[in-house]
Amino acid sequence: MLRVAVVRFPGSNCDWDAYHAVANAGAEARFVWHRDTDLQQADVVILPGGFSYGDYLRSGAIARFSPVMQAVQRHAAEGGAVLGICNGFQILCEARLLPGALVRNDRLTFVSRPVWVRVERTDTFCTTAYARGTEIRIPVAHGDGCYVADDDTLRMLEAEGRVVLRYIRGENPNGSVADIAGVSNAAGTVVGFMPHPERYADPLTGSDVGAGFFQSIAEWLPGRATRSTP
Amino acid sequence: MTTAVPVTHAASFPGERPVTMEVVREHNLTAFEWDRIVAMLGRKPTLTELGVFSALWSEHCSYKHSKPVLKRFPTTGPQVIQGPGENAGVLRLPNGWAVAFKIESHNHPSAVEPYQGAATGVGGILRDVFTMGARPVAVLNSLRFGPLTEPRNRYLFAGVVRGVGDYGNCIGVPTLGGEVGFAPGYSGNPLVNAMCVGILREADLATARAHGVGNVLLNVGAKTGRDGIHGASFASEELSEKSEARRPQVQVGDPFTEKLLLEASLELITSKLIVAIQDMGAAGLTSSSAEMAARGGVGVELDTGLVPTREPGMTPYEILLSESQERMLVVAEPHQVAAIQAVCRKWELEATDIGRVTDDGLFRVKHDGLTVVEIPGQPLVDDCPIYTPEAREAPAAAARRKAKPTQPPRAGVDEALEALLDTPSIASKRWVYEQYDSTVQASTMLGPGGDAGVFRVGTEPFALAVSVDCNNRLVALDPYEGGKATVAEAARNVACTGAEPLGVTDCLNFGNPEKPEVFFQFIEACRGISDACRAFGTPVTGGNVSFYNESPTGAVDPTPTIGMVGLLRRAEDRVPSHFRAIGDRIVIVGGSEGALGGSAYWAELCDFFGGAGPTVDLDHEARLQQFLVAVAAARLVRSAHDCSEGGLAVALAEAAIGGPYADRGFGAIVDLRSYAPALHAVQALYGEDHGRVVLSVAPAALPGLRALLTRHGLQGYLAGEVQEPGGDLQIVLPDSVHRWPIDRLRSVYDDAIPRRMREVVSDRAEA
Repeated sequence: MLRVAVVRFPGSNCDWDAYHAVANAGAEARFVWHRDTDLQQADVVILPGGFSYGDYLRSGAIARFSPVMQAVQRHAAEGGAVLGICNGFQILCEARLLPGALVRNDRLTFVSRPVWVRVERTDTFCTTAYARGTEIRIPVAHGDGCYVADDDTLRMLEAEGRVVLRYIRGENPNGSVADIAGVSNAAGTVVGFMPHPERYADPLTGSDVGAGFFQSIAEWLPGRATRSTP
Repeated sequence: MTTAVPVTHAASFPGERPVTMEVVREHNLTAFEWDRIVAMLGRKPTLTELGVFSALWSEHCSYKHSKPVLKRFPTTGPQVIQGPGENAGVLRLPNGWAVAFKIESHNHPSAVEPYQGAATGVGGILRDVFTMGARPVAVLNSLRFGPLTEPRNRYLFAGVVRGVGDYGNCIGVPTLGGEVGFAPGYSGNPLVNAMCVGILREADLATARAHGVGNVLLNVGAKTGRDGIHGASFASEELSEKSEARRPQVQVGDPFTEKLLLEASLELITSKLIVAIQDMGAAGLTSSSAEMAARGGVGVELDTGLVPTREPGMTPYEILLSESQERMLVVAEPHQVAAIQAVCRKWELEATDIGRVTDDGLFRVKHDGLTVVEIPGQPLVDDCPIYTPEAREAPAAAARRKAKPTQPPRAGVDEALEALLDTPSIASKRWVYEQYDSTVQASTMLGPGGDAGVFRVGTEPFALAVSVDCNNRLVALDPYEGGKATVAEAARNVACTGAEPLGVTDCLNFGNPEKPEVFFQFIEACRGISDACRAFGTPVTGGNVSFYNESPTGAVDPTPTIGMVGLLRRAEDRVPSHFRAIGDRIVIVGGSEGALGGSAYWAELCDFFGGAGPTVDLDHEARLQQFLVAVAAARLVRSAHDCSEGGLAVALAEAAIGGPYADRGFGAIVDLRSYAPALHAVQALYGEDHGRVVLSVAPAALPGLRALLTRHGLQGYLAGEVQEPGGDLQIVLPDSVHRWPIDRLRSVYDDAIPRRMREVVSDRAEA
């Protein structure tokens, strides 16, 4: 069974949500504490949402220095899969595992609502269950979700097809450049996005359109080259 | 009264001011209370002792004006595990689960410092719930402000919403609902009531009773600073121009520490490492330790010199009365201390030994070896004088019920609906709740924007519904009927989702109880609440009284907010509030006499507050609730929406406009010719009779619905049909036909608050 480590930082608050979504999809979920440096042979690491270390200084800025992040860095460097959701995405950007940065929403307030996004990259470990171009509505809930990057980085992301999720139908909730909701590294092994598919993984609680991300993970074969076309 | 009490000794702390009558007055204690203190001690208190008395004998802690009235609430029932008197009330749920819930006010701090005042209000209520051993799973809030035409009110509104949001969002507890009202009476004195709902295994229930002589008192969590000193006393006086100077007494919240405290507390409780636990809330270390000791019938000895402080040189007076946030007092057996400290360390928190449980019944505080406080514990908590002030209705209030509007409405019958939907109290609160995380914990089934929030409990088959309500206009008009109406509306909202109302927590916001007209409102509203709770079988399990909500312009409208919890036995039976399918039939349950007294129509269109309000038929309301639960369980309705402020036209418009994320509202045609044959159009459309709901029903379900209506002795009116999205809302009356494009109504409803708040950025600079 595929093994998923869900990292718990002090201040993580979507840790259980991610854990349940993974377990319900049929993978084995385990928590890893922020002080741990052993990922317990995880195939996939999830950095869940929340306010790690209170998000003091900058969202994700302190978490990147935690002991567990040294292990996550090694895991990623060896080609291991890492998914960052919301605060997890912020941490991945702070840790330079993903390009760009997440800054204060353009409306200057926290925003919590379901938004329409398009799945634009479907060959990563967490998006294979979706057809390319699939449009789904899943919740966002963040204060610092405005994705920014310099022009060269943006050109590279677009040219290499590394935008994983994009806000559509005029529903960009935070002012992100090019309506970017989530990006990946070049190999597609590190993915981060702001929306919370784990909250829409059950038809009773809103919708189950987000379950596909966790089914993708559960069915993913580690070691398989995830990148088919550039 | 106090009987024989031991002789006690305490010394002044070096540098302390002498206790003069001037100092006593500064501490908000009366000459009568002073005499009682001296009699109890057989001597004059030290300044530190005076501080302790002023906190515990403040209105906020002692309930000295409300206790006899609160005793009349029904508080028992087969579902009650814990009634009033603990940190939160607890009700029994299926399969070994229980729900802990409570509502509390943070009005005064929010009036002078809206962001921190509101944030720490949320923090405090979360702690009340997780100290019971419950994991917080939902937050709700009830807010009142003056009109948004004034920049100061916009500033307070924006700050409070941001404070509530930032705290709850960081902790990861979804905000599932609430209410926001705007009226001139709240201009100088906004109301900020926060409710928290938590879930626990009944077997894990924790209490705040200190016992076991020799057990250790541990200070857990944040360090103690000089913030919030005398917060409890501040909450117990009227607001004035001088209140701005109270700003430093407003505590500052740190939700990150709170999250750690939450996790650590739950781990300590479920691993059975501790004897008792209590939040250091109002009056901080003083009230938490004195109240825990009094509940357990023991004494305590604290050494304030051991309490970790943020700055050196804090006096025992300051340490005892600080309301620094995110602190807990834990009672533990000595051999568990090391294990407790290990759990706390894991969550990056300190747990410091600061005292002992004693057998002498005294509340004793030492500092650097000097005994600075020694007071008999039980009398300290229980012997605060209880006052029963005179209660007399103001003649103007009685006259108001006989009055009629003197000026014609500012708009015609059709325009009135738009005007009502544009009223911030009625309009969509999306501007508010989109700043609150409402989906974290992945259990939200019905979020904000409907009648009640509904959430799942793990993978259990059942769900819970929660709502907070208060129609302050109806309470101001007639406190008894208004009290009944408030409970009825909360229960109806919960029942609309298909849940059976289980129990109540209340936040009673009133003016100065020493004024006869205010105390009249208080006792009458409480009588109404009691009668309604008895009729519905929903006991009161706790809550909070907030008096002295007065600014130089007068008292606030009496606002007894009711928080209701309901049980939905099968989660998948939940019923949303909005129309869902073309061709569904629209059924109105409950009749109308066109009651305009105290209505939003008269307030908004005629600038008039008065008239005879509608009376609440409690028997009808109870049957209506049971009917709503039965139709949901039988899957006979597609939507159910309560009819309240703005009357039937507003209820129909809201159901048709749809949820906040619907692509488009539905059209609807509604024929009220046989429903209200004798009423004037304004009465039929905007009258606010109680006991009514708007249902949408698939045609095939109508026979089943009729059978259940009959069984519950209710009148239902097949009034119309849901039509295509983007169509008109059309209402046919005996002498007129009214038609509104639904897209237009929706944009008015959605934009009412945002368009008033667009100037808020400039307000911040002003304020």
